[in-house]
Amino acid sequence: MEKYLILNTLNFPILSLLLVIPVVGAVIAMFMRGDTLLKFWGLAVTLVTALVSLPLWTNFDTSTAKYQFVELRHWFPALDLNYVVGVDGISVLLVLLTTLIMPLCILCSWTYIKTRMKEFIIVTLLMETAMLGVFVSMNTVLFYIFWEGMLVPMYLIIAVWGGERKDYASIKFFLYTFAGSVFLLVAIVAMYITTGTFFIPALMDHSFGFSYQMWIFAACALGFAIKMPMFPFHTWLPAAHVEAPVAGSVILASILLKMGGYGFLRFCLPMAPAATVYCMPFLLIMSLISIVVGGYLALGQSDVKKLIAYSSVGHMGFVTLGIFLLNEAGIKGAMLQMLNHGVTTGALFILIGIIYERTHSRELSVNNKLGMFMPIYVTFLGIFSLSSLAFPGTNSFVGEFLVLYGAFDKFPVVGAFSILGAILAAAYMLRMLQKMVWDDSDGHVHHGDDHGHGDDHGGHKLFDCNFREFIQLAFLTVFVFWIGLHPQPLLHIMDTSVAHLLHQIDAGSAVQEAVHHHGEHHALLETAGAWVRNLL
Amino acid sequence: MNTIITSKIIITMMIPMITGILVMLSGKKPNLRDSWSTLGAILTFLSVLSFLPTILGGDQLQYTMFELYPGISVKLNLDPLGVIFALVASFLWILASLYCVGYMRGLNEHAQTRFYVCYAVSVGAAMGAAFAGSLFTLYLFYEIVSIFTYPLVMHHQDEEGYAGAKKYIIYLMFTSKAFLLPAMVIIYVACGTLDFNSMNIVQGIFPHGVDHVTVAVAFLLCLFGFAKAGVMPFHNWLPDAMVAPTPVSALLHAVVVVKVGVFSVCRVMLSVFGTQLLADTGLGIFTAYFVSFTIITASLIALTKTNLKARLAYSTVSQLSYIILGVAMLTPNSITGGLIHIANHALAKITLFFAAGCIFVASGKKDITEMGGLGRRMPFTMLAFGVASLGMIGAPPVGGFVTKWYLALGTMDIHNWILLTVLLLSSLLNAGYFVPVFLHAFFGKPLPADEGLTGSLENRPLIIFMVVPLVITGILSALIGVYPDLFLNLINLLVKP
Repeated sequence: MEKYLILNTLNFPILSLLLVIPVVGAVIAMFMRGDTLLKFWGLAVTLVTALVSLPLWTNFDTSTAKYQFVELRHWFPALDLNYVVGVDGISVLLVLLTTLIMPLCILCSWTYIKTRMKEFIIVTLLMETAMLGVFVSMNTVLFYIFWEGMLVPMYLIIAVWGGERKDYASIKFFLYTFAGSVFLLVAIVAMYITTGTFFIPALMDHSFGFSYQMWIFAACALGFAIKMPMFPFHTWLPAAHVEAPVAGSVILASILLKMGGYGFLRFCLPMAPAATVYCMPFLLIMSLISIVVGGYLALGQSDVKKLIAYSSVGHMGFVTLGIFLLNEAGIKGAMLQMLNHGVTTGALFILIGIIYERTHSRELSVNNKLGMFMPIYVTFLGIFSLSSLAFPGTNSFVGEFLVLYGAFDKFPVVGAFSILGAILAAAYMLRMLQKMVWDDSDGHVHHGDDHGHGDDHGGHKLFDCNFREFIQLAFLTVFVFWIGLHPQPLLHIMDTSVAHLLHQIDAGSAVQEAVHHHGEHHALLETAGAWVRNLL
Repeated sequence: MNTIITSKIIITMMIPMITGILVMLSGKKPNLRDSWSTLGAILTFLSVLSFLPTILGGDQLQYTMFELYPGISVKLNLDPLGVIFALVASFLWILASLYCVGYMRGLNEHAQTRFYVCYAVSVGAAMGAAFAGSLFTLYLFYEIVSIFTYPLVMHHQDEEGYAGAKKYIIYLMFTSKAFLLPAMVIIYVACGTLDFNSMNIVQGIFPHGVDHVTVAVAFLLCLFGFAKAGVMPFHNWLPDAMVAPTPVSALLHAVVVVKVGVFSVCRVMLSVFGTQLLADTGLGIFTAYFVSFTIITASLIALTKTNLKARLAYSTVSQLSYIILGVAMLTPNSITGGLIHIANHALAKITLFFAAGCIFVASGKKDITEMGGLGRRMPFTMLAFGVASLGMIGAPPVGGFVTKWYLALGTMDIHNWILLTVLLLSSLLNAGYFVPVFLHAFFGKPLPADEGLTGSLENRPLIIFMVVPLVITGILSALIGVYPDLFLNLINLLVKP
C-alpha cells in the first residue's frame, strides 16, 4: 500500500476531524434553543472546520502524486473494506473550497432563513460532512456512501426552505441524481467482483479489458454527467437553483457541481483510460454543446437565478472540455475552473440572495437601476460578473485561458467552437449587469434621488450591503484577484497529481492500441468515432 | 541597449488609479474633487517625463508584476513606442481635466463624481496599455478601458445614451472575446510566450519556420480584435459613442480609447509579429490595402454628416487608419509617418473636439449649418479649429504635414502608387469636409434667429476654462509640425536601432 499513500504525519487525524466536527456540531445543535444561538453555533462549527482544514494547504507535499494525510482503519476485513481517507493534488483544493465556502453558507442564510432554523443548521452541517467525505474517500464504498449521503440533506434544503415550486424542484433533483448514482453503484460492484478490492488507487492501477472499460466508463460517466450537469442532463439544475434557498444555491453551485468533475478525474480517466481516450471526441462535443446551449439559454433569462444557473451549465462545459482534452493545460484549467466557478458563482448566488431579501423578486425587470441606491452591492456585482465572463486579471480568465490553450494546442477546431461560449458569457453577463445597474428601459420608472441609503425602490426599501454581507463578498473578492493574478501556488499543488494522471491515461492508450490489434471492434461506435475524429 | 528592471514604472499607472479613488472620496466637495483630477493628470505627465531621458538614451524599463503561467505575465515594459503614446495621453489629460471643469459645470451635468472617477481610471488603464510588456498585459488594460469608458458613453442616461453605450460595449466586447482571445491563445500555442519582443521591430516573437497560415490567422484576429482602432467593418461603435459628453469624446475618443486601439495594433505588428514576418507573409501590404479602404470610405461618409461631432467621428475613423497604414507599409519612413501621427492626430483632433464642445456650451449649436458667422463671436475657438483642420488635411506647417510627408516617402520606398493615390485622395477629401466648416464660421451667414447678435461668447468664466486648453492644443498641434524632433528621435530608436 505504501506505493499509493503517505500516512498522516500531523499529530492529529486531520481528515477524520473534518468529517467528524460537523456531525458532532449537528448533534449538539439538536439540544440548542433560540435561532440566534443556533446561527452562531453553525457559524462557529463551520469556521472551526475551516481552520482545521488549513494545514492541508500549508503542509501539503507537492512533490508526490501519492495520497497524503492518509488514515487507515480496518473496517470489514472479510471484504477488504477499510475506512481509508486521504487527499492528493486533485482533491485537496476541493476540500479547502468546501470548508471555506460553508461558513459563507451560514452567513448568507442569517436572515434569509426564517423558519426551522435548528433543522437548517443541522442539515447544513450534515451536508458539509457528506461533501467532504466524497472528496477524501479512498475507497469506492465510502465514496458511494457519502455521495448518496449528500442527496438527502440537499433534498431537504430545497424541499423545506425552497421557493414556490420547491416540491417539483426537489423531487426532480433527487430523481435525476439518484438515477445517475445507481449506475455508479453498478460500476463499483462490478469492479469489486472483477478485482476484489474497493481501494481506489488499486482500481486505478488495475488494467481492465477494453469492453469492460467501456461499460465502467459509461456507467460512471452517466452519473457524473448528470451531476455536472452536462447537456442533455442539465434540466434539473435550473429548477433546483431557482427554488433552493440562497445557501442551497451556493452549495449546489460551489461544491455539488464539482463532484461531477471530480468523479471524472477520479474514476473515469484513471480507471478506464482506454475508454476515456476512445470516447474523448464524443465528450468534447457534448462539452461544446453544453457550453453553447448553457450560454445561449442564459442569454434569454429574465430570472437572475435561472440566468446564473444556465451560466453554470456553460461553465461546467468548459470544465469537462478541459478534462477530456487529456492534456496538462486542459486538466489544470478544468481544475482551476472548478475552483473559480465555486468562488464566482457562489458569490453571484449570495448577491442574488441579498437582493431577493430586499425586493422579494429575482426578475431583472424589478431589480434594475440598483447603481443609484446600492453602490457597494453594485461594485461587488460588477466584480463577480466580470469574473464570471473571464475578464483578464480575475480568476476565471486563468482557468478559461488554460482550457482554451489546451484546446487550441490539441484540436484547434474545438478551441474555435469553445470561443463561442466565451462570447456568450460576455453577452449574458454584461446584459445582466447593464440591466441591474442602470437600465429601466422596460417602462418601470422608479423615483428616487442620488443619495443612496434606504430609498424607496418600487415600494421596497433598498439598503446597501450590511457588514455581514460585505464580509462574505469581500472574502470571495480576495480569491477572485488572488487566483486571477497569482494562480501559481494553486497550479503548483496540482502539478504532480495531474502529471501522474496523464501518465495513467497514456498507459491506458497503449492498452487501447493493443485492443485494436486484437480486433475487438464495436461497429457502430467505431464508425461514429472515426467520423468525429475526422471532424476534429 | 539595456533593459533596466525597476518597479518605479508602476507609478505612472498607479497615479490615475489613486486619483480615481481620491476623486470618489471627495465627491461632495466639487472644488477639491476637480483639483485632484488636475493634480493627478499633472503628476502622471511628470512621471512619464521623468522616464523620458532614460528612453531617449536607448535604454528600456521593465518590471514584472505577476506571473500567471510560464510566459503569461502582467509585465510592464517602457520602450520608445510606449513612451510616445504615454506622453501624448498624459499631457492631454491635463488640458482635458481643465476643460472638463468648464464643460461639466457649464452644462450643470449630473453624476460628475462618477464621470471623473471613470475618466481617471480610463486614462490610468491607457497608461497601462502604453507600458504593457506582454500581450496579456495589453489585453488586460485594453479591457479595463472598455469597461470604464462604458459609464462615460452612457453618461446622459437617456435613450440615446443607453443605445450608444450598448452598441459600444457589444462591439468592443464581442471583438475582443471573439477575435483577440483566440488570437492570444494561438500566439501562445505557437510561441510559448506572450511577452513582447521590444528590443527590435524586425523579429517579433514567432519561432523560425512557423506555419504561415497560423501567423495569418493570428494576425487577422488581432487586427479585428482591437476594434477600438476603428478599422472597418468594426468601426460603427465610434460615431454612436459620440453621444457622450464632449470631453469624453475629446480625450477618450480622440486620444485614449481609439489610440489604445491603434497603439495595440501597432504594438502587435511591431513587437509580436515583427516586420520581417509580416513582409514574408505579405500581411503587411494586405493590411495597407485593407485600411486604405477605411481611409477613403470614412472620409466619404464624413462629407455627408452635418452634425459637427459626427463629422469629427468619421474623420477619426479615417485618420486612425493612417497610423496603421504607415506601420503596415513596413519601411522605416512609413513607420515613422504612422507612429508620429499618434501624436499629431491626438493634438489636432482633441482641439477639434474641444472646439465642438465649446461651441455647444457657449451657443448650444451642434450642427454645422447653424454655425454661420460664429467665427466672429468665437474667434479663438474657430481659429484653433482652423489650425487643427490644417493638421488633419496635412498642410504645412501643422503636424499632419510631417505625417503625410513620411507616409508619402514610405509609399515611394515600396514603389506603390496605389497607396500614394490613396494618401492624396484622402487629403483632398479631408479638405473637402473641414474647410467648409471653417469658411462657413467666418464668412457664412448666421441663422435668421442669430441675426444681429454680436459680442464675444468666449469671455464667461467657465468658457475660459475651455477656450484656454483648446488654444494651447491648437498652438501645439502647429508647433509639433515645425519641431517634431522629440517624437522623431523616439521613433528613430525604434526603426533604426
